Parts: sequence; structure tokens; C-alpha cells
Amino acid sequence: MTAVLQIEKLNRNFGALKVTRDVDLTLERGARRALIGPNGAGKTTLINLITGGLTPTSGRVLLNGEDITKTSQAERARRGIARTFQINQLFRGISVLENICLAIGERTGACNNLWRPAGASAGIIDEAFGYLESLRLADDALRLVRELPYGRQRLVEIAIALAQQPRVLLLDEPAAGVPSSESHLILDVVDSLDPEIAILIIEHDMDVVFRFARQITVLVAGAVFTEGTPDEIKHNPQVRAVYLGEEVHGEQAAGQGATHHG
Amino acid sequence: MAASDVTTAGPDDRRARARAFIERRHRIRLGEIVPWLLIAAVFFIFPDRTTFGTQVLIAIMFALSLDLILGYAGIVTLGHAAFFGIGAYTVAILSARLGWGEPISMLFAAAVLAGIGGLISGWFLLRYRGLTLLMLTLATAVLLQEFGNYRSDITGGYDGVPGMEIWKLLGVFENDLWGHNYYIYTAIVLFVVFIVVRHIIYSPFGQALVGIRENVRRMHAIGSPVHRRLVISYTIAAAIAGIAGALFAESTAYTTLGVFDFDNSAKVMVMLILGGTGRLYGAFAGATIYMILEDEFSKAFPEYWQFGIGLVLVLTVLFARRGLLGLFEDVAQYFRRSKS
Repeated sequence: MTAVLQIEKLNRNFGALKVTRDVDLTLERGARRALIGPNGAGKTTLINLITGGLTPTSGRVLLNGEDITKTSQAERARRGIARTFQINQLFRGISVLENICLAIGERTGACNNLWRPAGASAGIIDEAFGYLESLRLADDALRLVRELPYGRQRLVEIAIALAQQPRVLLLDEPAAGVPSSESHLILDVVDSLDPEIAILIIEHDMDVVFRFARQITVLVAGAVFTEGTPDEIKHNPQVRAVYLGEEVHGEQAAGQGATHHG
Repeated sequence: MAASDVTTAGPDDRRARARAFIERRHRIRLGEIVPWLLIAAVFFIFPDRTTFGTQVLIAIMFALSLDLILGYAGIVTLGHAAFFGIGAYTVAILSARLGWGEPISMLFAAAVLAGIGGLISGWFLLRYRGLTLLMLTLATAVLLQEFGNYRSDITGGYDGVPGMEIWKLLGVFENDLWGHNYYIYTAIVLFVVFIVVRHIIYSPFGQALVGIRENVRRMHAIGSPVHRRLVISYTIAAAIAGIAGALFAESTAYTTLGVFDFDNSAKVMVMLILGGTGRLYGAFAGATIYMILEDEFSKAFPEYWQFGIGLVLVLTVLFARRGLLGLFEDVAQYFRRSKS
């Protein structure tokens, strides 16, 4: 198996707070890995470290064996790392189709052109429309993003990432904020993504995690707690205690806190 | 009717429609001839006001340059007068100190120098956004002004550069008393500049600027070299502002350090907001209305004219957030809807 993305001994501190501790993680070609862990475990921070939105305090990030720890976020994106955001980060004032065209234009370098009309590139428009069709967004192609219902905006979020033709795709809670009656639409899309792309997904819904992932990494307090197949994770008593039993654990913690303060 | 449309619209139809929409966006619409007809009409209807008309055209060009960065790329600046000033002083120093007064080549010189100013300051400043950027751009203009004041032996300080000699246009047309020739000259330059800006706005680069305005985080995430894009747009806008400043100096044969004033930077922003940002023709509407109001108010209430301008701006921000052109669009749409 060839590793597309490797993270070695990654650390990130915010002042005295260690948000990421000695994290090792590998994504092979076509990987389907879920990243789970309680709130505040540092999952989104880890994604930001991989994409270059944050620089690590120490450790390395490798893409296809090349060290990209010092590479800018934009350059990493051009080399094939794409992400979606937990809270939509879209170009709200322009049409859905143009959102996708923009991602393609930045990927191909078309956006360096100051003179030729954007509308003259039929190839880009056709490609963009292709992504919209595959995500069942074709009917909304010409609507402004801000006019779409939230669930459909979540699909645009994914469509932009796909238009980057990524080799590594990081999905940060793709169905967050979508009513459960609609979330299956998004999860179907996630299920049917190109098997060649290495995917890391952050997700809280365990049903989704166990259905989608072939590998699971459990992150607790910034460090890798354990990793394994869905079966192993499901039957790991420590994971059950720390994570799956989070609510019980949380209540206990709250109760203790209350007695301390009282 | 609508239902049958949906059922008959196959996937290819949708694709063709989407493609047509994007492909037609940059085509020139019939209505776009209106501002140019007005500019031509003014020349014939108010032949004795062309000197004022020239100043309006210059203000339009200045506002248009700001629209490229503020309206499209979302760069807020309170120092745009810096580039207008560089342009004006290029002409002043060339014509008064260096003995070169050929108007058209001076425009090029002004564009280049202001562009360089934009490139250098932009490269440093465009790492910042929002309030920080606002303060830094403001400081840049003040620094240039103070530098001019320091070397008042060259710039003439706040009294202006004496003895500017602007040669005849193409060696033939003088800046006559009524300013007819300069009105035509300025209108032609404005048209050329407008064509350039229009091309940029509808280009993929222009789309990327809009992307930066709409969501800079996502632009980083899709691999856009955001800083480079911003610096390029800033440089172009600076060059255009420089041309506007040069035309100002050429048409009035006079320049003082007042061109660098904060007032000047604020005024051009007010013009643009008045007309509507990010809509290409907002600069035309805003600058024209501002200049006319300023002229009328200052005649009617010489002491309180700024009150009138302030009132108009407050009304615009309260009731026409997207500027006068935005308001116009909304009204037009309202009538279209109530008709059908």
C-alpha cells in the first residue's frame, strides 16, 4: 500500500495548551479513515495542520513522501489536499456554478488570466456542471449559494472540494447542521466518492462512521488514543469508556465539578 | 406551465442553460451605452460646463479604480488618494521641473509610477485586512504627503507647483478656455480605462477577486495565491488612480499637496458607496451625483454644503444599502413584479 499522506510526531501548542500531541497518522491511496473523539479532542486542529491553515510546533507532514510541513496552504491545495469545513465556507454572493468554476480555475491556473472572459472557457463550465450533476445540484446551478437551503449548501461545500481533484480529501463533519431527514443525501454522496481518493472524515454520528470507515482513529485530548478497524473500535472497552460512553463520563465530570465548586 | 418546464428540461437542457448564462455574462448589454451617450450629450447640451464635466469624468475614473479593489476584491482603503497624488505630481514635476509637458506620455508615466507605488505598498500592506489595513493605507497617504511637504523645494508644498507647462494635445489641441478639448480627451481616456477594468472584472482573475471578497478562507483552501491576486489588483487600481490624478493636474495645470488629503480618499469612497460598489457603473452614477451635489450645495449654502453631502450619504446607507444603482434595480424589479 502506498501512503499518500503521512503525519509524523505532530505537535501543536497554543501557549501552554497542547492541542495536538505526538500524532502519527497515515492515509493510503483510497483510504477511508474516520477521525473520532470527544469535543475539544483536536480533530479540526489536526485538519488545519494537514492543510496548512496552522503550522505545527513540531513534527512533519508528508504528501507522497515529500515534506510539506513548510509549504503554504494554497500550495498544498494545488498539490492535491482538499478539505471541507464544519461550518460552510462558501462564496455566498455568487452562483453555485461559479463557486465550482472558481475552484477549477484556481486548480488549472485559468484564474491567472486577466483578459479573456471567464465565460469563454466552455471546458471549465462543462466540468463544473459535471460535479453538480454527480452531486444532484444541477437544478441549483444558477442560484446564488446564499439562497440555497443549508443542506444543499453542504453539498456545494463538497462539490468545491471535488472540483480541486484532490488526492487527499478531508471532510470535517459533512452532515453537520443538516436535519437527519436530509443527511442521508449527503452521506450517500460521501459513500460514492471516487475510490482512488484518500479520505479522512470527522464525524460524530457513529452509524455513519461504522458504515463509511474502514479504519478509525480515536483522538483524545490531542493524542491518538487508539486506532483500528470499525470492529476493533466498536469492541474496544477503553474506547467505549472514553468516547462512546462520553455522555455518562461527561455527566460524572459535571457532577464532580459541581461538588468542587459547591 | 412551470411544471411542464421541469419535466421537459433534460439534463442537457440544464447544462446548456447554465453554460449560456455564464457565457453571456460578459457580453455588452444595450443599456451599457447609456452612460456614454450621456457623456456625449453633456458636451453638446452644456458646452459652457465642460470644465466641470472634465472634473466629473476624472472623479468617475478615480472611483472606478477604487471599485476594482473595494467593490470586487473587498480591499478597504482610506489611502487611495496616495495614487491619485502620485499621478498628479508626476505631471507637475515633469512639466514644471523637468521641462517635459507632453500630456499623453505623462499619463503613461503617471500610471507607471503610481502602479509602482501600489505594487510596493500593496505587497507590504495586503497581508492585513479590515481596520488594520484601513489605518495602514491612511498612513501611507499621509507619509507621502508629509514627504512632499518636507521637499517643498520640489513640490511647492501646499501652495502648489508653480509654472506647470502642459503642451498641446497631439501637438494640436490646446486646453482652451472652455475646456472642450480636455473634456473629449478625458472622456476617451476614461473609455479606454473602462474597457480595461471591464475585461478584468469578467476575466477568471476578476472572478477570483470576487472569491476573495466573498470568502478568503475558502480561497486559501482551494489553492488561490490570494496575496498575489490582491497585489496585482491593487497595482492596477493604483495605476488607474494615477492616470486620474495626472488628468486632474493636466486639465487644471495646477496641483497642491492637498491631493493627498484624507478628504480625497474619503470622498472617492463616498462616491462609490453612493453609486453602488462592485457593479462597474456605480462609479459613474456615484461620482456624477456627488460632484453635482457638491457643486449645487456649495453654491446654495456656501458654509454648510458638507451637511447636504452627509445627509445624502446617511440616506443612502439607510435606504439604499447597495447604492443608488442597487436602489434603481430594486425599484425596477418591484414594478416588473407588480405588472405581472
